[in-house]
Amino acid sequence: MHALHRVLQAFVSPQSFRLALPDVWAGFQVNIKMMFLAEALVLVLALGVAIIRGLPGRSAAPLRGAAIVYTDLFRGTPLILVAFLVGFGLPGLQLRVISTQTTFVYGVAALTLVYTAYVTEVYRAGIESVHPSQRSAARSLGLSYFQALRYVVVPQAVRRVIPPLLNDFIGLQKDTALITVIGVAEAAQQAQNFSNTYYNFTSYVVAAVFFIFLTIPLARFTDHLIAVRERKERAAAI
Amino acid sequence: MSFVEVENVSKSFGDNVVLRNVTLEVAEHEVVCLIGASGSGKSTLLRCINLLEPIDEGRIVVDGDLITNGKVDANAIRREIGIVFQAFNLFPHMTVLQNVTLAPRRVRNLRRGEAEASARELLRRIGLEDKAAEYPDRLSGGQQQRVAIVRALAMQPKLMLLDEITSALDPQLVSEVLNLVRELADFGMTMIIATHEMSFAREVASKVCFLDGGVILEEGDAKDIFSAPSEPRTREFLARIIEAGRL
Ligand SMILES: Nc1ncnc2c1ncn2[C@@H]1O[C@H](COP(=O)(O)OP(=O)(O)O)[C@@H](O)[C@H]1O
Ligand SMILES: [Mg+2]
Repeated sequence: MHALHRVLQAFVSPQSFRLALPDVWAGFQVNIKMMFLAEALVLVLALGVAIIRGLPGRSAAPLRGAAIVYTDLFRGTPLILVAFLVGFGLPGLQLRVISTQTTFVYGVAALTLVYTAYVTEVYRAGIESVHPSQRSAARSLGLSYFQALRYVVVPQAVRRVIPPLLNDFIGLQKDTALITVIGVAEAAQQAQNFSNTYYNFTSYVVAAVFFIFLTIPLARFTDHLIAVRERKERAAAI
Repeated sequence: MSFVEVENVSKSFGDNVVLRNVTLEVAEHEVVCLIGASGSGKSTLLRCINLLEPIDEGRIVVDGDLITNGKVDANAIRREIGIVFQAFNLFPHMTVLQNVTLAPRRVRNLRRGEAEASARELLRRIGLEDKAAEYPDRLSGGQQQRVAIVRALAMQPKLMLLDEITSALDPQLVSEVLNLVRELADFGMTMIIATHEMSFAREVASKVCFLDGGVILEEGDAKDIFSAPSEPRTREFLARIIEAGRL
């Protein structure tokens, strides 16, 4: 009984819960801001990189190469290292704009760099899944390469990749907590401060609860979309 | 001078020579049918005329313009040439009306209202005006293929290329599509039609070309080719078609 009491006291003590709530909540709002900003940037930038990777012709080879190098590098590097490199490395360069941002901006930049690389691959799979005859049909009507992409290929690709894209965003939401390592006062940081002060871990549970409540609806929504798609595909196969 | 001149065109995919020295002339308002076994190069020839495939050798002239010298604006050529495919290839994420108005709006820069008015008029003529707001997957194959034809017509092409446009259709849906093509022919549209519908070819074509292994082996009046083919390969092909009950 004694041990159980100690566990409960350390992790889910009601007083500590109440005490930690305001600070962790304030921190969590920073997570949400980083998440929305990074997601918006990722959605746009990843589409750009995916399109560059698909450019035809020999003259586009250097661009394609650069896009491949980028995705390989940032899919391979752990986010925490990218956060260190951006959050500590860039200020150290003492350049004008690049070195004078807040840790919040560096955090968003690190998340965006890493997740753009992931989402590029998601978009690319979507673009490749659109049958080439769709592109032929668009080009045969006189649409240019980019018009065919914009009006015919990309809209179909995006529809298909929404579930995997949301899955990546669930990862991104949680990874905003890693940005604590460069000193952003987000939920995990606030929880840690509390825990260091009161020798109690309930604050981490509070933060975890926030993340879980943010993730569950998105996860359910993603499952729902996948189920709808499967039902449709099964109906189409009959 | 012919409206379309295909001169000594050759085309390979890797080691696979798909077109060998193909020469074909089509006069304005003429309908030419391409017949031949599957794999003989009919689709490739049509795709080359529409610059969807680059050719290796030879030249293609359409309406007096040399289109295969690599210097032309391929987009500008393609908007003057309509092509309809066996698999319809409608855009599934767009309604019928959006399918038909996409190119007039984005390529010809028509205003939306203008593009929609003429699209509705075209749809009305093929009896599909009430399907304007539907998505393609709600239409029968015959309806989809007629929309695909109208989508090409909306660009007011000078030349239409039809690639086995009834091959993917249930037999009872073939005639509604062929009727539309017949109307186009009567209207004077210049067309090159790859088809397995031999009775239709006999009826609308002023000239029939038999392709075999990427070569135009025999060409001539529809009635000559069908009643008295001179090449044994043509005879063989037609015999097989008759066996399949399509002539
Ligand atoms: N994009 C392509 N890549 C490689 N080979 C192709 C391609 N398109 C057609 N072919 C080949 O070209 C030959 C002729 O095909 P096609 O023009 O489709 O004939 P048809 O329309 O008469 O059936 C076939 O051997 C086919 O495999
Ligand atoms: Mg074919």
